[in-house]
Amino acid sequence: MLNFSKINTLIIYFIFFFIAFFSSLNFQNNENLLIDKKINLGLDLQGGSYLLLEINSDTLVQEKIQDKIIPIKKLLKKNNINFSNFKINNQSLTVLIDDIEKFDTYFYSRKENLVNPYIDNYRSYELTYKKKSNKEIEILFSKFGLLTINNAALKQSIEIVRRRIDDVGTKEPTILQRGEKRILIELPGLKDPERIKELLGKTAQLNFRLVSENNEFGTDELISENGEKLNVSKRIIMSGENLIDAQPNINNQNNQPTVSFTLDRLGAQKFGRATTDNVGKRLAIVLDGKIVSAPSINEPINSGSGMISGNFSFQEVTDLALLLRSGALPTPLIIVEERTVGPDLGEDSIKSGTISLIVGFILVILFMLYKYKIFGLIANTALIANLLMLIGILTILESTLTLPGIAGIILTVGMAVDANVLIFERIKEELKTEKSIIHAFDTGYTKAKITVLDANITTLIAAIILFAFGSGPVKGFAITLGIGIITTLFTAYFLARHLTSIIVLNSKNKEIKI
Amino acid sequence: MNNKFNFSSKFKIANSLSLLLFILSILFIFFKGLNYGIDFKGGTLIELRSDNTDASTIRTLLNNMDLGDVNVKKFGQEGDYLIKVEQKEDDNNKIIPKIKKNLSDNLTAEVNFRRVENVGPKVSSELLQSGIIAISLSLAAMLFYIWIRFEWQFSIGSIIALFHDVVITLGVFSVLSLEINLSIIAAALTIVGYSMNDTVVIYDRIRENLNKYNRLNISEIADLSINDTLARTIITSATTLLALLSIFILGGEILRGFSFAMILGVVIGTYSSIFVASPMLKFFKVTYKTLEKEEEKIVP
Repeated sequence: MLNFSKINTLIIYFIFFFIAFFSSLNFQNNENLLIDKKINLGLDLQGGSYLLLEINSDTLVQEKIQDKIIPIKKLLKKNNINFSNFKINNQSLTVLIDDIEKFDTYFYSRKENLVNPYIDNYRSYELTYKKKSNKEIEILFSKFGLLTINNAALKQSIEIVRRRIDDVGTKEPTILQRGEKRILIELPGLKDPERIKELLGKTAQLNFRLVSENNEFGTDELISENGEKLNVSKRIIMSGENLIDAQPNINNQNNQPTVSFTLDRLGAQKFGRATTDNVGKRLAIVLDGKIVSAPSINEPINSGSGMISGNFSFQEVTDLALLLRSGALPTPLIIVEERTVGPDLGEDSIKSGTISLIVGFILVILFMLYKYKIFGLIANTALIANLLMLIGILTILESTLTLPGIAGIILTVGMAVDANVLIFERIKEELKTEKSIIHAFDTGYTKAKITVLDANITTLIAAIILFAFGSGPVKGFAITLGIGIITTLFTAYFLARHLTSIIVLNSKNKEIKI
Repeated sequence: MNNKFNFSSKFKIANSLSLLLFILSILFIFFKGLNYGIDFKGGTLIELRSDNTDASTIRTLLNNMDLGDVNVKKFGQEGDYLIKVEQKEDDNNKIIPKIKKNLSDNLTAEVNFRRVENVGPKVSSELLQSGIIAISLSLAAMLFYIWIRFEWQFSIGSIIALFHDVVITLGVFSVLSLEINLSIIAAALTIVGYSMNDTVVIYDRIRENLNKYNRLNISEIADLSINDTLARTIITSATTLLALLSIFILGGEILRGFSFAMILGVVIGTYSSIFVASPMLKFFKVTYKTLEKEEEKIVP
């Protein structure tokens, strides 16, 4: 175990210097080097906001099932299936029909089925039905239909969330899908997430609807900005989808903040037609179910642009314009988890983390020197090499260092010497019985090998499980702990062993004490 | 080590003590319960720094807001406070700006909100669930690893020792009403790894000595092996504890709970590998024949 061929020695030191080189990259300031790698600081160290959002597709499913009413009725009529008692429930439709078997054939038809399309990915139809009695059926979305709606809503939400956050202009935001219903957002350096939260908390569904004189069928009673109750037609003239731009503005006439918007061609056509036909009537501008304003239509608007005024502050029109530009969220987003760390707490954490690392490191080094003298020096050299390699690997992986991650490094410092302690203690025992010192060292290394491996693999198992199941900062701890074990094994069994061999082989069998 | 300790004569006393502590811990965990932090219970946490105020002023300001259960305490250095608000049925998110505004308006000095965390009920129960899964899974993985590397008696013995460590650590947390949060789960898992590490070193030596000294009984073998590895056990515990103490004292408030759990775990883990894991082998009547049988199986 003490003989190293030249080539092996070369490989060992090459690996060490190669990896350790990367740790130096963290201390340079200029970024125009060939290798631009660095350890990133976690939000808990550099300050910033972490938000976990969840989409709630209940209302979306409700809307989607309502969209199916007319196609289903058409299907029934076209195929001469008599039906009655058509009811709209929360997330399903129920209807009495006279021929369920016939309905089944048309409902589950692969060919040009516009009512109930077949989703190839899932090998399932979008809708399904249940027999409630021998006449009554309940139509609802299948499991995969719901999944499709959910996925589409999530993808779209992520896109819109990204647009809104980019528009606010925070630096390097991270926006990721997390699971089936969630969006993870990391905003480094953001001190107060309230504005972002507010912007993400609004779906911003905008539509233009006519105000009707009486509460006839097909109207909603909505409350306007000045507390007036208005009956607003359910029919949507035009919605936010047709907007191509929206900007905050100040109205020249009354100095009121307003949002001016530009419509796409289709929107301009719809808007022009509606305003031409309804001169003199009032047009309600409805945002998320509330009337923002309901101005009278004085003349047809064919220009494809317009203005929304209401009782807005300038901040409100800025936000509204941003929301309208980014588009409407398909479903409301709920913030299920939020963690914000201020920049000064982050700095404090870095400071206390670094100090405790240095102090812990020095304590361990002194202890080992006291305990093992010259071999303590070897263990300490291995320990420093270990730290450099650990930081080097973290740099290569460009991983994120968190406060628990620093704790993991300190713990590695404490536990890393274990491998060398195991070996040295074993050698001590061998020295008692073995006459040849070289031989004693050799068997010491060989016999301790299995124990060192066994002992470290158990900790590695814990680290891997922690990585797989831990969330957020805990993952950072698991990464440093896990990598620390690997670098520990390398430094103890290659570097420290090589250094030991130099000392032992040069001692020419003189007295060596551990 | 020249002076040998007679560990096996103390096994009985130690085991009674362990059993007592274990049962007490379970009773405490069940009846007094664990003090779950917002990670697992849901709710809002705000850490702030402001001069010229005290916990009761902040408490009074918050009590006027009808927030339900509010907990305010000093945290770390002078002028730092930690506020915890329980999870309400409706979204806690909306109350954060209100609390911030209330405190900024009414406290005399400037308020610096150093940390704001809010965990909804769904996420908190998921975090708790995945924490429990992680710990159980790591125990199972250890059980399996030791079973492969040694015999089943060693595997069961080490798992009992691990269980002993985790339960007693949690018991101490229950007695002292210390907060259980995500980092405590990380600590618990590291304790599992560390304690196992310690146990494996002794087991390794027991296996070696069983093969070497056929005539000695398991108590003598255990004694011999524990003494053989005692220097290493002490030195490694010492260096690990030095590093941990450094985090505990200098690492700041956020790492305090974590490092305390780890310190506790290292002490209990070191104890258990000597006084729990080793006597278990005696309990299972392990002899050198246990190892031989296994070898015969492998080489038919």
